[in-house]
Amino acid sequence: MTSRPQQPKQTKQTKQTAPTEFDLRDAPVRELNRALHALTGSRLSHSACATVRVVNPGGKHNIAVGADVDADIAIDGHVGYYCAAMNQHANIVVRGNAGPGLAENMMSGKVMVQGDASQYCGATAHGGLLVIHGNAAARCGISMKGVDIVVGGDIGHMSAFMAQSGRLVVCGDAGDALGDSIYEARIYVRGKVRSHGADCVEKPMQAEHRQELTQLLQQAELGVGELNLDDFRRYGSARELYHFKTDNAGSY
Amino acid sequence: MCGIVGIYCKSAAMEAQLGSMLAAMLLQMTERGADSAGVAVYRNAAAARTKITLQSRHAAVDWAAIQRIIQSDLDATATLTQVANHAVVCVAESVGQDAQVASWVAAHLDGVNITSLGRSIEIYKEKGLPQDIIQRFKLNQMHGSHALGHTRMATESAVTTEHSHPFSTGLDLCLVHNGSLSNHNRLREQLRAEGIRFQTDNDSEVAAGYLTWRLSQGATLTEAMQAALVDLDGFYTFAIGTRDGFAVLRDPIACKPAILAETEEWVAMASEYRAIAQLPNSHQAKIWEPQPATIYNWERNAA
Repeated sequence: MTSRPQQPKQTKQTKQTAPTEFDLRDAPVRELNRALHALTGSRLSHSACATVRVVNPGGKHNIAVGADVDADIAIDGHVGYYCAAMNQHANIVVRGNAGPGLAENMMSGKVMVQGDASQYCGATAHGGLLVIHGNAAARCGISMKGVDIVVGGDIGHMSAFMAQSGRLVVCGDAGDALGDSIYEARIYVRGKVRSHGADCVEKPMQAEHRQELTQLLQQAELGVGELNLDDFRRYGSARELYHFKTDNAGSY
Repeated sequence: MCGIVGIYCKSAAMEAQLGSMLAAMLLQMTERGADSAGVAVYRNAAAARTKITLQSRHAAVDWAAIQRIIQSDLDATATLTQVANHAVVCVAESVGQDAQVASWVAAHLDGVNITSLGRSIEIYKEKGLPQDIIQRFKLNQMHGSHALGHTRMATESAVTTEHSHPFSTGLDLCLVHNGSLSNHNRLREQLRAEGIRFQTDNDSEVAAGYLTWRLSQGATLTEAMQAALVDLDGFYTFAIGTRDGFAVLRDPIACKPAILAETEEWVAMASEYRAIAQLPNSHQAKIWEPQPATIYNWERNAA
């Protein structure tokens, strides 16, 4: 999922062509989302994929929610709640900050935010790649179910809470209670971890993990140059809380 | 859910725009709270005078008569300016800061509440949509140094003007709250025993009363907020208006949203960025989320 080359405006297949630009100062968000949903299911070749530009988002909610199409969607500015939620296939770029619930329950595709993301970004997401160039706030990747998340800065407290699968890469620091009650998601943190959540432990970095991390950093295209893999540590589940054990009653 | 906004002008040149900036922000928070709305505006401080903002529960109220009673019983120099169903009474500091003034109002002015007391604070609040409140109190025309606003979606207690925010917490101090407190009943009883007065069964009023109590015990505002982190159980983002600025505090779990933004001209706080997006040059603002359990405080005269 690297960035696609810029395409000239589509000429045929009018039903599958979204208008190129939405100015959300004038157009309601629903109009944008309806246009995106009208393309649902179309699996265009890259050469034919729709290019949508959204300007003046003004922190509005639900921008580009529920897209299910091969499209490049660029949003110039800050967005509110639930931007790019439930995304499938689309490549969504936010040139600003994102409010709570960014890419919540994303299934596939790529969502990239050039600024910071508020709380619970990537919550319950099943797939795709979520890249935050800045910081992500509390509960980043909560209950993640297969998504890959790469954060250029720090993440807040209770991140990867009950994370089931997928990978979370943090190039800065992690807040309190990282990976509390984590299942099989894998976490890589370059900076300090303020505290571990229940059942989350540090694990050795082996060749396969270095390879996985290298690949994720390449896909994320953070543009920060080569990061030293030796600076990263891996965290995951101690697998002590999976099944009820009476000895652990105090930890549930 | 509720909406909070705060704006404070870094230069006197911005003060003419305070009301219009506040109104634009408040309007964006309509969907976060359509039950009631309220604002605290800091303006027109006069030396050695105290402003008492009054709010009438009755639609028909004879403010001229009220002014005469105040002038004859409290302070012959008192002035009264009506603002819709509110009025700002300006009295000598010795009268306005007397602990008895609240009891006097309760005993002598039927159906009239004090919404705020202080040198520069004025609190206006009412049931209804932000749009209605903006028009009724002509917010767009208000000049001032700083202001807080709140839109309420009630979860804990009734929808009335008395249950609306901001809640006054002392001279030139007020509080707005997004969230819910779980230990407010017990705390209210404890605070009542300490002599703190409550008008309602609202949870946020207890937070305001708690700060009032701590301050009356000699704590600084920062110390009072630190103590609140220990004693208040529940979810909250608070914005607290002070004589010279405002403070922001989120609980340690920090579920309730908050955004801070700053430019050369202003500092703003809001539940959501879309409120800040209304401000002049907001695209150039430095924007960040306040950390949990951390006190943020802006004061005009601070270094």
